Formats: sequence, structure tokens, C-alpha cells
Amino acid sequence: MTAVYEAQARCEDIWETLLDSMLRIRYFENEVKALFGSGLVRGSTHLCQGQEATVVGACSRLRPGDMMASTYRGHGAVLATGASPTAAFAEILGRDPGLCGGKGGSMHFTDLTHGAIGSNAIVGAHLPIAVGAAFGAQHLKSGAVSLAFTGDGSTNIGAFHEALNLAGIWKLPVVIVIENNHYGEYSPLAATTPISALVDRAKSYGIRGEVVDGNDVLAVRNVVGEAFDRARDGNGPTLIEADTYRFEGHSRSDPGKYRPPGELESWLARDPIERFADLLKEREIAGTEIVEAHRQQVGAEIAAALQAAKAAPEPQPERLYEDVIG
Amino acid sequence: MAEMTYRDAVAAAIAQEMERDPSVVFLGEDVAAAGGVFKATVGLLDKFGPERVVDTPIAEQAILGAAMGAAMTGLRPIAEIMFSDFLAVCWDLVANEIAKTRYMTNGQVSLPLVIRTGNGGGVRFGAQHSQSVENWAMMIPGIKVVAPSTPRDVIGLLAAAVRDPDPVLFFEQKSLYATKGEVEEGEIVDELGRATVVREGRDVTIVALAAMVPRAQAAAELLAAEGIDAAVIDLRSLVPLDVTTIANSVVATGHLVTVEENPRLCGWGAEVASIVAEECIFDLDGPIVRVTTPHVPLPAAEALEDAAMPSPERIVAGVRHSLA
Repeated sequence: MTAVYEAQARCEDIWETLLDSMLRIRYFENEVKALFGSGLVRGSTHLCQGQEATVVGACSRLRPGDMMASTYRGHGAVLATGASPTAAFAEILGRDPGLCGGKGGSMHFTDLTHGAIGSNAIVGAHLPIAVGAAFGAQHLKSGAVSLAFTGDGSTNIGAFHEALNLAGIWKLPVVIVIENNHYGEYSPLAATTPISALVDRAKSYGIRGEVVDGNDVLAVRNVVGEAFDRARDGNGPTLIEADTYRFEGHSRSDPGKYRPPGELESWLARDPIERFADLLKEREIAGTEIVEAHRQQVGAEIAAALQAAKAAPEPQPERLYEDVIG
Repeated sequence: MAEMTYRDAVAAAIAQEMERDPSVVFLGEDVAAAGGVFKATVGLLDKFGPERVVDTPIAEQAILGAAMGAAMTGLRPIAEIMFSDFLAVCWDLVANEIAKTRYMTNGQVSLPLVIRTGNGGGVRFGAQHSQSVENWAMMIPGIKVVAPSTPRDVIGLLAAAVRDPDPVLFFEQKSLYATKGEVEEGEIVDELGRATVVREGRDVTIVALAAMVPRAQAAAELLAAEGIDAAVIDLRSLVPLDVTTIANSVVATGHLVTVEENPRLCGWGAEVASIVAEECIFDLDGPIVRVTTPHVPLPAAEALEDAAMPSPERIVAGVRHSLA
């Protein structure tokens, strides 16, 4: 580990940002679950409680001009770029000031002002697009990096392979993070995928592969930081496999009953937020009371955001016809 | 004026736009070093270099993903999908991503990109390299659909497509690549959504697209010998569709015949017929007739493919039916 990353691993300068961001996502998702559970919102939603460290650690490396593409389980990733929770709630609630004016919905958060270029509901489809954004950055010599999150299930779809191949052959500044939560929809990874180390996919495309504990926000931050440095230096793409777990089912209608007894509990014991809180205490950066104050503060922020979104107006009917073409 | 082939007009159009705008890049399979399998992009690599004229792997999703992502960074990519049949391989990028992104992002993201593709039959390639698939594209909100019939229009419409703020699917009819036409000197740029009345006529309106335009013109010549004065409209783009030019002609002639290269069911001619029926049914003096390929995959055998494609004689028969 280089000196700069050792310094960052001590995280004195950034721990509050990382902690607050993970808490923001956790509380946001808890409220979204309640909204759907109460029938206040129709459609489907895909929650990411338990996976916060991966998106927060990775997005903490984004600079202005960088681009981030995510999956339909994308609330966390987009919030981690700095998007407004009020606008995010409003999007889910179908309100006019939503991130996409209510036209996207839960699976399609986009916030260009924070580099979130799109959350895609077609498995793997965002990967060729993220690679294309990296092609644009390389062509324009802008120094930007394209970051894409993707699920373990997407590593079996054609678009994943076409994207990695192009990234490899053109040595593009793209970092692809597999959020390996061990289930593709309802199916365990082993039932759909003949290899257990998804990072091995990188080898056949001449791409550097890294494995990281996806529930360790600092570990993710470090490995993604190094990948971003390589990308910015013209040294090509990186495929990162982050080992993590979703605490909820695949989607609103899935209670996750296919999970073997004890599995969820073992992952709850590795809750990324509690692990980070423990680390802060252990390193005497922040004690229980300080972390508790953060929980209270972010909790209040999310409650206020939800209230503001609920009070926001619905889009006017004429918005239906706008922005089909330019 | 200079005579130019439809094939050479493609390279001329791309060169015109690349010279004008440094943000235009061009990518596809064998488009650079090989100059394209139809030799429609010869010379571009030498002129503009490998950073702007880029060979890709045989990976259509990667090609369109590259174009879409690059468009998000401010470039104006032209992507080639070699045969329009291959659009089926990357249709997700077209239908779910490229077409819908402006809308789904509430206008945050615009995608000024062009997908050029070799379309249509008549060249004995068989069912997976001969389809006319403009209908597939026409029914999806958010993309524009263009198909020129002459070398001059290749330049004017491709230039317009490159400069357009929206994604454009640009269908080049393979059977037209070797055809020649007059092309004026200097920059050519048209407006999308303007049909051309290529032949004035009082008795019937024949509406055609791409390779069907010269066949409709040939039919009009045959009809003239019988004393029937047919107007021929080259639509040039399906989206936007120039309803005004179609309606004005139909109101004047009272008869409409559409000529499509694509299979019959849900062909664009059905949409044109529907619009005319809604807008000017009381101006019609006879049935609307659609001349199409039958609803079959296009066969490779010369005798069968020729039997499938609308011929001037079938168009004439269609006109007679409308006038009867």
C-alpha cells in the first residue's frame, strides 16, 4: 500500500462523509421499503441495505467530470454521488421535482449534476454505455473516469462480455465494480455461474482484476482509488469484485425465503455500517456517542427529505409529451 | 454538379461533417482500415486518423454502447451496424437505452448520435442479411428514422442526422450503393422530415422510400404510357413523417398507393394509410393500396427474391386497383 493510501486508510479526513453517506442510504432504503409496503407507491423497487460500503467507498473516489452508471438496485449508488435524497424520494413518489421529474421511477435514477449518468433496468445494458463514456473521456483526453456498478448475475449476460472486451482492447479509463451479493434475483450464484471467483472474468479480457471485502468501506475506497489512478494514468480498466450481501429480497415482492437458515444473520453480523462504527471506535476516531449523533442527524435529514417529497406536486399532464425528442 | 455513387456519397457525407465538427467520430466493424464491407467509407481513416475513424470488434452491443456513452460526453458519434439485420443483436441498446434516455432522464441526457446501417434486399444475401427493418425502428418513441434514395440525399440527410440533437437510425439501402446521381458542389445539408415530390401527377399518389422510389418512378413511366398521371413522393424519413406533403398530394389526386420493401404486417405503409384515412378519407376516390413484400423471410434464390420484392409491374397493378 502506498503512503497516500495508508493515510487515507486512517480516514481522519473523510470518515464523517463515508459514515453519513452509508447512513443516508440505509435510512433512505428503510423508508422506501415502508413506502412500498404501505402501498403508497406501486411498481417495484430493489433495495440495497447491506451493500452501502461498496457504493459509498467507490463513489468517494469520483471527481467532478467523472461518470457513474448503476443498476436498477441503484438508489445507494446515486445517493453516494451526492444526489439529493428529497429529489430521490420525489422520483419514487412520482413527483415533479424528482431526479427525473417522475419519469424514471425507482429503477432509473439519473443526476447528471453529480455524474450519475443513469441507472439501468436491463441487466448489464449500462456496461457498454459506461465503457462508451470512457471512450469519450479517452478521446477528449478529459481525464475523466467512468465507474460502473453491476450485479453478480450480470456477469453471465452478453453485454458484460462485449463491454469488458472493448474496455480491454482500447485500454479505456473505466472501473467496473461487481457488487457480488451472491444472488441473481432468486437464484444463488452457484446455480447460475460455473466459477466462484467472478473476478476471473477479467483475465480473458486482459483486464486487471481485484477482489475486495465489499462490506469494508475503507477497503473498497482504497482498491477503487488505485483503479481510478491507473485509469487516469492511461493504464486501462479494472474489474473489481466486491463481496457483499443484500439484507432484503431481490425486489418488493420477494421475501428472500430461498436463503438458507443463518445466512442473513451471518451477514447482519458484518453490517458495513456497524463495522465502520466499530473501526472508528477502535481507532479512537469517533466513539459511540459521536456516531450516535451522526445517526440522529442523518435520520432527521432523511425524515425531512421524505416529508418534503411527499409535499411536492405531481407533474403536470403536459409533461407526458415533453423530452421524447429534443 | 458532379455524378457520384450512393456508396461514395456516404463517405462524402461523413467527411463533410467530420471536417466541419471535430466532435464527430465514426466507429464500426471494418469501417476504417478496410473502408467498410460495402466500400462506403473508403478514405476516411487516411483523412481523419485512427482516433476519429475507429475499427471495433464484431460486437454490436459494444458498438452502440460506445456511441451512446461517447455521446454523453459531448461527442457526436456515427456508429455503423454493418447489416440492419444485426440491429436485432443490439436492439436493447436501440430500443431500451438510446431511444428512451432523453425521456427517462427528464431531458438531462441528450444523445446526438447516428446509427448507419445497410438495409434491404435485392442482393441475394438470404433472410439474415436482406431485411428492410425500418418498421422496427419507426414504432419506438425517441428515435428518428431516415432512408435516402439518391446520392444527393445521402449527403443532405446524413448531414442533417449528424447535426440533429436526437438519435437517428440511418438506413442505407444496399441495392442502391452502386447507383449514381447528380450531386451539387459545396456543403449539402437538409432538414429531417421533409418528403420530396419526385414526380408531379394528377391521378394517383404513389408514396415510396429508398429503393422503392426508383421502382415507383419506373411504374409511373409505365402508367404514363396508359395515360395515367402518377405523382411519386419520396418520403426520405419515416420519423419525422411529412404528413403535409402526403396529404396535399392525396387531396389533389384522390388515390394513394404505398410501396414498401418490408414484409406486409405493420409495415410503414399501414401507418401512412391510417393517417390518410383519418385525415382525408372524404378526399379519396378509391381504396388505399399497399404494395409490399409478402409476409415471408426474404429468400436467397434470385427467382424467389425477385418475386417477393415490389416490382414496377406490381406497383402498376396496385394503381389500377385503386383507380378501378
